[in-house]
Amino acid sequence: MMNLIWLQSGGCGGCTMSLLSADVRDLFGMLKDAGINIVWHPGLSEQTGSEAIEVLEACASGDLPLDILCVEGSLLRGPNGTGRFHVLSGTGKPMIEWVRQLAEKAQYTIAVGTCATYGGVTAGGCNPTDACGMQYDGASRGGLLGVDYLSQSGLPVINIAGCPTHPGWVLETLLALAMDSFTQADLDELGRPRFYADHLVHHGCARNEYYEFKASAEKPSDQGCMMENMGCKGTQAHADCNIRPWNGGGSCTDGGYACIGCTEPGFEEPGHPFTQTPKIAGIPIGLPTDMPKAWFVALATLSKSATPKRVKENATSDHLVIVPGIRKTGVK
Amino acid sequence: MSRLVVGPFNRVEGDLEVTLDISGGRVDRAYVDSTLYRGFEQILRGKDPMDALVFVPRICGICSVTQSVAAANALRNAMGISIPRNGQLATNLILANENLTDHFTHFYLFFMPDFARDGYSGRPWHGMAEQRFKAVTGSAAGDALPARAAFLHMMGVLAGKWPHTLTLQPGGSSRAVSSTEKIRLYAMLREFRAYLEKIMFGDKLENIVKLDSMRALEAWRDARPPDASDFRLFLEVARDLELHRIGRATDIFLSYGSYEMAGEYLFSPGVWDASKGTLSAIDPSDIVEDLSHSRMTGERDARHPYQGETQPAPDKPDAYTWCKAPRWRGQVLECGALARQVVTGHPLIRDMVEKTGGNVTTRVVARLLEISRVIPAMESWIKSLSPGEPFCVQGRMPDNAKGVGMVEAARGALGHWLVVKEGKIANYQIVAPTTWNFSPRDRDGIPGALEQALVGVPVGEHERVPLAVQHVVRSFDPCMVCTVH
Ligand code: SF4
Ligand code: SF4
Repeated sequence: MMNLIWLQSGGCGGCTMSLLSADVRDLFGMLKDAGINIVWHPGLSEQTGSEAIEVLEACASGDLPLDILCVEGSLLRGPNGTGRFHVLSGTGKPMIEWVRQLAEKAQYTIAVGTCATYGGVTAGGCNPTDACGMQYDGASRGGLLGVDYLSQSGLPVINIAGCPTHPGWVLETLLALAMDSFTQADLDELGRPRFYADHLVHHGCARNEYYEFKASAEKPSDQGCMMENMGCKGTQAHADCNIRPWNGGGSCTDGGYACIGCTEPGFEEPGHPFTQTPKIAGIPIGLPTDMPKAWFVALATLSKSATPKRVKENATSDHLVIVPGIRKTGVK
Repeated sequence: MSRLVVGPFNRVEGDLEVTLDISGGRVDRAYVDSTLYRGFEQILRGKDPMDALVFVPRICGICSVTQSVAAANALRNAMGISIPRNGQLATNLILANENLTDHFTHFYLFFMPDFARDGYSGRPWHGMAEQRFKAVTGSAAGDALPARAAFLHMMGVLAGKWPHTLTLQPGGSSRAVSSTEKIRLYAMLREFRAYLEKIMFGDKLENIVKLDSMRALEAWRDARPPDASDFRLFLEVARDLELHRIGRATDIFLSYGSYEMAGEYLFSPGVWDASKGTLSAIDPSDIVEDLSHSRMTGERDARHPYQGETQPAPDKPDAYTWCKAPRWRGQVLECGALARQVVTGHPLIRDMVEKTGGNVTTRVVARLLEISRVIPAMESWIKSLSPGEPFCVQGRMPDNAKGVGMVEAARGALGHWLVVKEGKIANYQIVAPTTWNFSPRDRDGIPGALEQALVGVPVGEHERVPLAVQHVVRSFDPCMVCTVH
């Protein structure tokens, strides 16, 4: 069995809540059968108070083998580097100290969610608590554990970014570790598991037809593509949100709002209001990264001139006003 | 007299430490400490007002939608617009989906597992509780989690995802529901109802709603064996352990009113003072926050949230928590499902509170009763959705404005106060349910609701984490991350 400890620091608990919403028949049974033993989780375990501290101390001292350390929430270094904005209750010791100690012993260290990976919303604004991620501070490597940190298995921190993370991303990472089939090559440049980070949110978005014709949404609840006006980062955000559904069949773009790129470092401070697309001379900045701007402008002009009436009218409505026509033809 | 520090408290959302002064085997005084500070109110300053919709749900992953509703309400209030009927129906459905999920999760994962502990191994019901509710390994987790996940599929349709949606807008809902989706939503709700009726209650929801007195509840209990349903088993445990004798706070209850529809509430707002039997209207201007025992600068005057400040002061003497102390006309209030049901006047809960006050049993019964009351309301909201008619309208934020958004989270009254100056957020203050319930002492030395509820709770000689204390704490379904935001 692999022993797993899960800690929560400067986050909202949403990644745990998301994991509990996994569409599997028996979440705990599945993890157990795969060989993962939840030694302690602050939301779920029986042990409270001194009983819990005993477990954590046993792992920190090496008496109890620690195979997987999951940390949810950003790491709060403030005030003045003391970590006292988050003391693990009952211990008088800052959470960052606990995390450092346990990370020394862990075979694998996993940052669950964008707070724990890169700092996340807790690091937004004036970052009052000096929040950072486990091995990143925004997009720069370092964070709480430092550039050179490797867990006992020789891997850097595994960054399951997302705000919250998708339950499938967490489960599949854990199962891959349990199968002993997870290597450095399975992580992208920012430490994220590639099985979901090699996709873009734009892939599979139900608004792709509107995107093709640059038929754009103008206000919340419009059906059109949200890139031009509503701040959608789907063409740049690394995640499979529109391929792997959320909560049985949803996604941000299906929910009627823009992808805000929550799997990306620094998503919390885009430099513009989240749901407005900044433009220069009428052209959205932040175009798809692998497309030259001139081409984009040329194609957009062309496709706008060719937009079918159906696509154009549906784009600025909250329901289909024109449904696809049925063409009577012998050709099938 | 001895002192006991209990923490980390788990199976609560977030970080909590409780210091107990004990004499004669009972708690004499309790001090409640929220040990985490993140500073959302500071983070929000200077932002575009609409960006609040991105930040505030992330205050709490367990009631993220409720935070969104409060923010959308505050923005709408500042914009001076109103939302279309479909938008209100969708908002109610999304909010109800989250609130009931919270009650459900609390019961199965956070509250009941304590009765499976070895400390109760001599009790006649212990075997049943252990088999069903043992943390992580009990059979209930295997039943309840898939039912919970399936119920949250409503979020996939209505809100894109949960937690942290941007669907809830000042002008309504950005996700219009089609007529086929309306049917799918209805099917999802029926599926959850089936779980509740078969496994949680072992009876029709309508029969639970009809229970109108303590005597009726006892008759319902005695008419079936203890293992007839999860609710029945709870009632058995509650009777045997006399859970109605522990956890009483001020018995003054606050509700902002829940599930508004064209100015009417499913659960009406107000403050119910049980000792006097009086209901007062709730005026937001009567609410202040006191900082005398909070690790925050500014201890002189308790301030209304529009003037509220959030500046951490980690070394402040006499401060023992990151939580502020909200007061209503100087009084300590309790909020949550119990408060909502007592304020709105459900006869069972009024009768229970009259006879035994607010306590561990009444809090849990009120929560489950609420599940059975809200499901039929959700069914009617789904039926009233009108696909093709607008779900969202456009508004414009004035450069200078103020707005308040009040809503009921599963665990009680949540208020957001927003001040916009020159197009940016100049102040954003949040008073969360657990801030009310887990408030520290105020400048007059008056303890908060949980601090009062813990006084008198028995502590066994060798108990390092007293079981009764855990029941009382968890009966409030605390959300510490909300508390300190
Ligand atoms: S809405 Fe966003 S993800 Fe969808 S097609 Fe447009 S740019 Fe791509
Ligand atoms: S669609 Fe974008 S914002 Fe939404 S969860 Fe995926 S990556 Fe995050």
